[in-house]
This record gives sequence, C-alpha cells and structure tokens, in this order.
Amino acid sequence: MTDATLTSQLTAGSRPSAFARNLAHFRYVMTSNPVTFLAFVLCAGMILVALFGPMLVPHDPLATLSDKALKPPSWDHWFGTDQLGRDVFSRVVVATRLDLLISVSAVAISFVCGAAMGACAGYWGGWFDKLSGRFLDTIMAFPLFVLAMGIVAAAGNTIQNIVIATAIINLPFYARVARAEVSIRRNAGYVQAARLSGNSELRILMFKILPNTLPPMMVQLSLNMGWAILNAAGLSFIGLGVRPPTAEWGIMVAEGANYIISGEWWLALFPGAALMLAVFTFNLLGDGLRDLVDPQRRT
Amino acid sequence: MGQLTIILARVLQAVPTIFGIVVVTFLLTRALPGDPAAYFAGASATPESIAEIRVKLGLDQSLPLQFVAYLQDLATGNLGQSISTGQPVATELLRRLPASLELTLFALLLSVAVAIPLGVLAAVKQDTWIDQVCRFIVTAGVSLPTFFTGLLLVYVFYFLLGIAPAPLGRLDMLHIAPPQVTGFLVLDGLIAREWATAWSAFKQLLLPGITLALFTLAPLARMTRAAMLQALASEYLRTARAAGLSSTRVLMVYAFRNAMLPIITTLGMVFSFTLGANVLVEKVFAWPGIGSFAIEALVVSDYAAVQGFVLSMAVLFVLLNLVIDTVYTLIDPRVRIEG
Amino acid sequence: MNRRELLKSAGALTAGAALLPFLKTNAWAQSTGTIVVMIGNTINSLDIHRPGTNRPSYQVAVNVYDRLVTFGTKKLADGSLSYDYDKVEPELAESWSLSADRKAILFKIKPNATFWDGSPVTADDVKWSFDRALALGGFPKVQMGAGGFVDPEQFVVVDAKTFRIDLKQPSKLALPNLGVPVAVIINSKVAKANATAADPWAAEYLHRTPAGSGAFKVERWDAGQQLIYVRNDKWTGGPLPGVQRVIIREVPASATRRALIERGDAHLSFQIPNKDAQELALNKKVKVVGSPIDNCLYVACLNYNFEPFRDQKVRQAVAWAIPYEQIFKQAAYGRGVPMWGGKSAKPATAAWPQKFPYSTDLKKAKALLDQTKFKDGFEVPLSYDLGEADWGEPAALLIQESLGKIGIKVTLDKVPGANWRTVALVEKKLPFLLENFGGWLNTADYYFYWAYIKGNLFNASNYDDPVVKKLVDETLHMEKSNPAYEAKIKQMLQKAFDDVPRIPLWQPTLESAMSPKMQGYEFWFHRQVDARSYKIV
Repeated sequence: MTDATLTSQLTAGSRPSAFARNLAHFRYVMTSNPVTFLAFVLCAGMILVALFGPMLVPHDPLATLSDKALKPPSWDHWFGTDQLGRDVFSRVVVATRLDLLISVSAVAISFVCGAAMGACAGYWGGWFDKLSGRFLDTIMAFPLFVLAMGIVAAAGNTIQNIVIATAIINLPFYARVARAEVSIRRNAGYVQAARLSGNSELRILMFKILPNTLPPMMVQLSLNMGWAILNAAGLSFIGLGVRPPTAEWGIMVAEGANYIISGEWWLALFPGAALMLAVFTFNLLGDGLRDLVDPQRRT
Repeated sequence: MGQLTIILARVLQAVPTIFGIVVVTFLLTRALPGDPAAYFAGASATPESIAEIRVKLGLDQSLPLQFVAYLQDLATGNLGQSISTGQPVATELLRRLPASLELTLFALLLSVAVAIPLGVLAAVKQDTWIDQVCRFIVTAGVSLPTFFTGLLLVYVFYFLLGIAPAPLGRLDMLHIAPPQVTGFLVLDGLIAREWATAWSAFKQLLLPGITLALFTLAPLARMTRAAMLQALASEYLRTARAAGLSSTRVLMVYAFRNAMLPIITTLGMVFSFTLGANVLVEKVFAWPGIGSFAIEALVVSDYAAVQGFVLSMAVLFVLLNLVIDTVYTLIDPRVRIEG
Repeated sequence: MNRRELLKSAGALTAGAALLPFLKTNAWAQSTGTIVVMIGNTINSLDIHRPGTNRPSYQVAVNVYDRLVTFGTKKLADGSLSYDYDKVEPELAESWSLSADRKAILFKIKPNATFWDGSPVTADDVKWSFDRALALGGFPKVQMGAGGFVDPEQFVVVDAKTFRIDLKQPSKLALPNLGVPVAVIINSKVAKANATAADPWAAEYLHRTPAGSGAFKVERWDAGQQLIYVRNDKWTGGPLPGVQRVIIREVPASATRRALIERGDAHLSFQIPNKDAQELALNKKVKVVGSPIDNCLYVACLNYNFEPFRDQKVRQAVAWAIPYEQIFKQAAYGRGVPMWGGKSAKPATAAWPQKFPYSTDLKKAKALLDQTKFKDGFEVPLSYDLGEADWGEPAALLIQESLGKIGIKVTLDKVPGANWRTVALVEKKLPFLLENFGGWLNTADYYFYWAYIKGNLFNASNYDDPVVKKLVDETLHMEKSNPAYEAKIKQMLQKAFDDVPRIPLWQPTLESAMSPKMQGYEFWFHRQVDARSYKIV
C-alpha cells in the first residue's frame, strides 16, 4: 500500500459522493462474491434471531418435563428434548443472544484495548512500547486456551470472566497489528503535513493514522468472534463454562457430546450445527470485510 | 558469527518474557480458588491435619516469601513436586511432553500436507469456484469445537465402523513401548525395528491427529493463499514470467519460496495454539500428554504442577520462535544482511 | 538433576519395562489370565498413608496389601455379590480374641504369612504400619481414630506372631476398622531399609514401590495411564485370585469408557454414570451391576448459618417441596433406593438408612412456609460439586424449578473440585448444597457422628443439637446387641426427621458395567476395585 493511495482515500472522504461510492462498492463486493453475500445474509439472520428469538420460541427453554426426557426430534420438539425434557430447539434459539453477546463483547474489549495499546506503542515508542511489547510477549507465550482456562478457574466461571479471559488472549493480535501499522505511518508524508499544519499528536493518531489501520484488524475481528465462541465451548467441556440452566451453545455441545455414544445425537448435533454456522459465518464475513475495506481492491 | 549474535540476542530478549511468565503463573495459581491443603488432607480431615499439610507445602508463609522460595527452586532447576501425583514436576513433564509433542507435530504435519496445496490451489485459481470450495472446506474445519470433532470421529470410526483402534492413549494394550530414543513412539518403534509397535502407535495417533489437523487447516491455508497472492502479484514474478520461465517453475520455485516466510510465521503461531487445543483432545482420547496433566492439576489447585506446565510451555514457545528465526535467516538472505 | 540425566533415567525406566516380555504373547482380550478394568480417575500414589493420596488410589491398598481382618461375602437380592459388614474374617490374622473387659483384642498372625520378599509377617510389621498411619497424619490418622486407635501405645507387640490392641473404651467399631483400606500391613524391614532421616516412614519409597504381602504385586505403574497388577502366587490372605494379571486403565471421558465396554474392548468399566447403567442394562452384550452403597445418602443440606434455614418450618417446607420422584427418574435414572415417602412420621425401626417421612407436596410446603416470616419467599444459591455434576446438576435444576413454585428463588452454583471441599465442608459456608457422604463403617451412629455433630467435616449444615450429640456419644461405641441401642437410634432418627438439616434424595448405587464373561464382581464399602475375586470364564 503506497502513500499515494492512502492520501487519495483520505481526500475521497471529503467528497460529497462518498456515501454513494461506498454503497456502490458494497454492492460490487456482494454481487461479485456469492459466499460473502451469503455470509452477510447469515449474519443478519443471526442478529435477528438474537433480537427476536426469545419472543418466538415454542417452549420455555428452562422448563423441564419429566415424561419427555431425551426424546428424539418430533413435530412438537423439532430438535428433540434433553435429559431434563427441555426443548432443544428453544434452547438453541435463545442461546443465540448470549453467544453473540459473549463473542461481540470479548472481541470488542480486546479490539479497543489492543488497538489503543498498539497504537500508542507504535506512535510514541519508547518505554511504553518496550513494556507493552514484553507484556504481549508474555501473553503470547502461554498456550492460549490454557491461559483462558487458568483465568476462568481463578476468577470463577461467570459469563463476565469468560468474556474477559477471551478478551485477554485475543489482545496481542490487535495490539501487534495496530503497532505495526501505526509505526509504518508515523512519519509518512501526510502525517508530517498534518503535523506542520498544527494538529496535536493525539489528534493525528486518532484521526489520521488509526483509521488506516482498521482494514487488517477488521479481518482479525470477525475471525476472533468465531474463536470466542469456540473458546467458551471448550471451557464448558472441562466444566468451566457458563452456569446452568443458562442456554449456551458451547455448554450444550459439551454436555451433549457425552450422549453421542449412547445414541442421543440431537443433543450435541443441533447446538453444534448452530455453533458451526456462527463460526462459519464470522469466518466468511472476515474475508468479505477485507474485500470491502481493503483499498487495494477498490477499483 | 552474525547469525550467532542474532540468536544470542533473541535468547536475551526472551529472558524478560520468561520472567513475566513466572510472575503471571505464580499469581494465577495463587488466585485459584480452593485450598490445596484442605483438598490434600483428604476426606474427614481435621483442621489440625489441614494445618499440618499447609506447613508441609509451605503455604503458611506470605506470598512474597513463597515467591522467593519458588524463584530459588527455579534457579536450581527444581520445578517442585506435584502434590497430586507425588512425582517431581520435571519428571512428570518430561515423561508426558513427548506424547503431546508427537501428537501436535503429527497433526501439524497432516495439516501442512493438506493446507498448503489447498492454499496454493486457491491462490492460483483465485476467485473461481475452486477458491470458494477450498475456503469452504478449511473454514468448516475450524468451525467445530475440537472435542466435538474428536468424539464424532470416535463414534463413527471406532464405535460404529470399528476401523479405528480403541481411543485408549498412545499404544493399544497388545504392545509395549519400545526403548525410548526420541520419545515419539512411532519413531522409536521404527528405530527399534518393532514394526508392529510402530504401526499400532501410528494407528492410535491417527484420530486425535486428524481432529487437531482439521482445526489448524484454516489459518495455514488462508495464510498460504494470501502469501501466494502477494508473491504472484509482485514485480519480480511478472519479470520472471516475462522472461519466459515456465509457469510451474515460476509458481513452485519463485512464488512459493517467497510465500514461505509468512507461512512459517503462521506455523509458529498455530503450533502454540495447537498445544493449547491439545488439552481438550487429550481428554477425549485418554492421551497421556501434558495437557491432560494440566487440567487435572488446575482442578485440584496443584500449584507446582500448573506452574511447571506453563513455564515449560513458555520455554518451548520461546525455543520455537528461535527456530523460526533461524529458519528465517536461512531462507531469506535479506535478514542475514540486516543482522 | 539436569535435563539430560533426567532424560536418561526416564529412558532407562521405559527400557526396563520393555524387557518384560509379557504382553507380546498375551492377547489380553481373549485370554482368561488377564482382565482389563477401566476407571475414570487417576491413581496418584501407591501409598494410602501419604498425604495427598486421592480416593482412586485406595484400590492399591486393597489389592496389593493385606489387613489383619477382612469382611465376608454375601449375595444380595438381585444375585450380585457384596461384602458383609457383619462377618469379619481373617486375612493376615489367623484368629483373635477379646479380653473379658472388651478393652483389648489379641491377634494371632498366620504362621505361614509372608511378604513378597519371603520374609515372614510379624507383629513388629503390624505395629510399625499402624504407628505409621497415625504418624503421617491426615486422613489415615482420622480413620484410625474412628476405631478408637489414637495413640501408638495402644499397639503392643506380644511376640513375633502375636499382636495386641489396647482400647481406651470398648467399641463395636474397633474390629471392623481394622478391615478398612487404611489399616494395611507394610513390610517394615523393606520400608526401614529405604527410610531416611528426613523421611523416617519411607513415604517417598512406598509412594512408588509397594512392599506388602497382598494378593497382587504392582508390575508397572504409568501414572496417569495405567496400573498393572500381577498375581502373588504365594498369597496367604485368602483364596488365590482367579486372574493372573489385572490392567487398570485410566480413561477420563465417560463417553469413551462406554464405547469401549460396549465394543467389548475391556472387561469392566468401574463406576459408570447412572444413565449408562440404565441403558446398558438393556444391552445383551454387557452385564450391569448396581449395588446400593451402604451408609451413603445423596442429600440436600440446609445450612443453619443461612437465616431462613434456622427456622424448622422453612426446612420442612423445603423437604416437602423437593420433587423426589422426578429427581430419582432424571438424576438417578431410577438406579438407587428411594429415601422419601416414609409412611409414618415416627421411625418404625432402627434400620439405616431408611425412608424419611417427606414426599412432594407443594400445598403442604407452601402452608408451612406461610407460617414463617419468610412467607414471601427468599433467594438462595444451591451449590453442587463439579465432580458430581452428573447427578448434581439435574437434581439441582429440578429443585430450582420446584422451589420456585413456593416462592423460594434458587440460583445454581457449580463449584470446581478443589474449592468444593474448602467452602462446603471445611468452611461450611454454602447456604444450600448437594452432598454425598457415605460412611465406611456401616452403622447409623457412625453416619450421624460425621454428619450431624457440630464441627465434624460432613456436617455441612452446621447442625447443632444437644440431644443428638448425647445420643451419638452414647451409641457410637455401643454394641448393636445392647438392648438400649435400638431405642436410642430411633430417637436420633426422629430428630433427623423433624429437624431435616439434611434432606435425603436417594441412596445411591455403585454401578459397573462388565463383559458377561466376567464373574466375581463384588461391591465393597470403599467403592474401589477389589480384583481379588474377579474371574474370567
């Protein structure tokens, strides 16, 4: 990426037709890549389910029915019932909100903290750069899942702690990328120009440099949303997930996995499929987002 | 000489990291809920017997004192004794590490063998249906929790079809471990010319290996694709093509060689998170690696064991980065000049 | 030791093991000489006296060591075998006699009893072993104390083959307590030879290398993977085991264990979840044995430290609101003995455990609650152990739902293993919890001693009642044949019925699945594998 394209992109923002151009680009990306289009549709669908799902489900996701335990899928219970006779379909649908919440908040925290940390380190360098670098090295040197396990085990298995643990293990990715991108641009021509025209350092960092570091981070963002859900699922498998009776895909798969051998496949399969679909969507979305925001691909 | 200095500098750079890890691990273990003394005093323990054990474990002292004691032990190479297994942590880790490494390396090997061709293919056929299918396959692999994939594979290949051996660790019960040379049972079996043992070890390795490999396909294949795209678009490749070099030769020799650097970096990162993911897979396959050891230790707040585990992982990771840096200098002459 | 040396020694160990040519010629699955047992936990020591030795390791003490006495075998109603608490039988002791004042027991050790190294078992070995159990502290000391053995002075060597225990007071628990896993007899000569000044009881040595006289020797121990026993053909403690070799395999995932037993790749899956038991019982290829665990109850504890539970009516209201039937069906999968719905509010017999006079009656529960100042309900967390989640979680969920109907809002709290013991039993600060204590010695007073006396470990409710305390003090060592005994036990039960600090859900069973070819599976109070009676046909 050269400075010329960057400056042209920056100045492009001030033209009145910017919105229309962006829309056109969006349409171009969507139509040229059906997979990306599919990902966007799936993502929108998931958000809708998260918003309205709990109002629409046919059964109470927490109500137990003793005479209907472990029944295979039927007309009444589309995804069957679990060991306590709870409706798996309702639980899968209701869990969407919590799972999206976990992944979005975990990723948002690590994105904001990581980007801020990396940007400061990359822009000013010095002792902060060294210190944060060591800090990130330390996190990176842990096997990530084990670190998350340790944090949740130490702090207790609440949703909040799961989110924080996931955020911490993802932090280095953003911080690294932000630092690299910022330090490349620190002395770029347009930044020098902004400096000469009297902008404060913070202003330059916030408004001139940071926006340009977003594209590479966007891709990471959606990938990590998928990982966040998988991470929560893994924690559930070793007993450190969200507390029952809360419906969450990870814990449903983790508990259901023990029923595969005994033939009750629906317990793990449906939440597993939902989880897979979500992770899948986020991953595909990552590629789509890159196409969308990558200036190199704007022609 | 120059290379040696680079490596030395890397090692020195790792020192503060390792110190950071020591501190973080220490604090993390002390923050674990539960009182190991109460746990290990066992059923029907009295407050006195718990206090006795607390003194024995040195847990009656203040945190800073405990930390100093821990550092002193570390300085003499003593990782302490695991209270749950009663073995020195170092022995325990050395015994289990080969199992985890064998599994991880095998999985990575599998993954590389599939992911790199897929990535190259996707890059060469960019934006065609082949590209999309590759993308679909690798994304699907990373979209399922590893323990779920593992149990599913066990269910289908062992329980239903009976093709795979029983998921019972590294060797089936007919065979005993060959004399240890590398610690990798398949290799050791081959070295000892015990073909049947090697074959059995390999079969045991297959399902957990595939489970982990599926999970690592995506980052490798994606990075290969991206790196190849970049390499293919570069000036010198255009020149090479223009100079009339055959397209296979251009692809394999020039483009791929240049794409290797980012792939190797990714490989390092993938290695780290595969070791983490191991924890779950080992549980499903009763694999006697360090991951299952770590879970066990974490659940009973076995401080020495958790600390030893994390520390050894971290050292392993630092070593790995060193190796990667060295490989870098070998592949990319520019790094050498800079150094 | 540096890393290289360590590697070398580890290598030497495996190389040594490789020289044992046994398994290559033995296809275990077909052979009748080898039996493969799967367990879900990890054996962490071969020495039961060592602090930190976990429960699954107790089986080593059972199979590898002998005690002075053991228990007989009886056939249960379903045809399965169980130990018989009322029949104490010789193991290393040939005979024993009680002094006239019943304060001394004199043991004659079998003349032909020898340790594996050929040396005879002497009274010195017995004394050294018992002294050791007291000296190393922790659980062994406490368990020895249950029989009234608290002071090394009580263990007296009369001559090489005669050993005496002096009791501070006569106790019905003394003799049975010599048959528990802790009371093992160790080869003191070997142990002393490996003791050091810092480690006078050879804890380091015995941790890895047992030295006993038992039916099996440990052939190989790969911690975290497997333990292999091989038969001691010169065993004098009882009839020679039916199998030459026992492989104990640790398989952590219960789904994997189930797959293996269903595929016939192991002979015995020890202690399986109730759900698997229920389903496998219908499977022709696998035999399932469920034995009620003596003196053990799964209970919901109400903590007196939590204000509402100080009110007897609130506790009774909770007891009437528990959905017993549903819990039994969905948490116990119908495997166990119901402990609710007793016909009379007064205990008809002194049998223990017996049904409590509660059943699910939400109207009654609500009426009781309305008589208290908590009639508008309250909020309480219900805790259970992560390690017991297979029954704890469904039970807790069902209790949560049902108590919600009388206005008690329950939140669930799953506590990880290490923390559980601390918060639930040591600090006793959980307001409402699921607990599963079982006593090794099978008497009601023993259960009450641990679970209803203030300050004792399993009294997680902080129950404190002078009457119960007095009754337990009186009955704990009293012979069952004493005419006063039964009346006192009934009185004790009455208090437990009325006060309900512990609400029994059901009496659990120990479920195991095995190949139909396997015989001789026997239930023991210690709930561990006792392979001495196993056979393959």
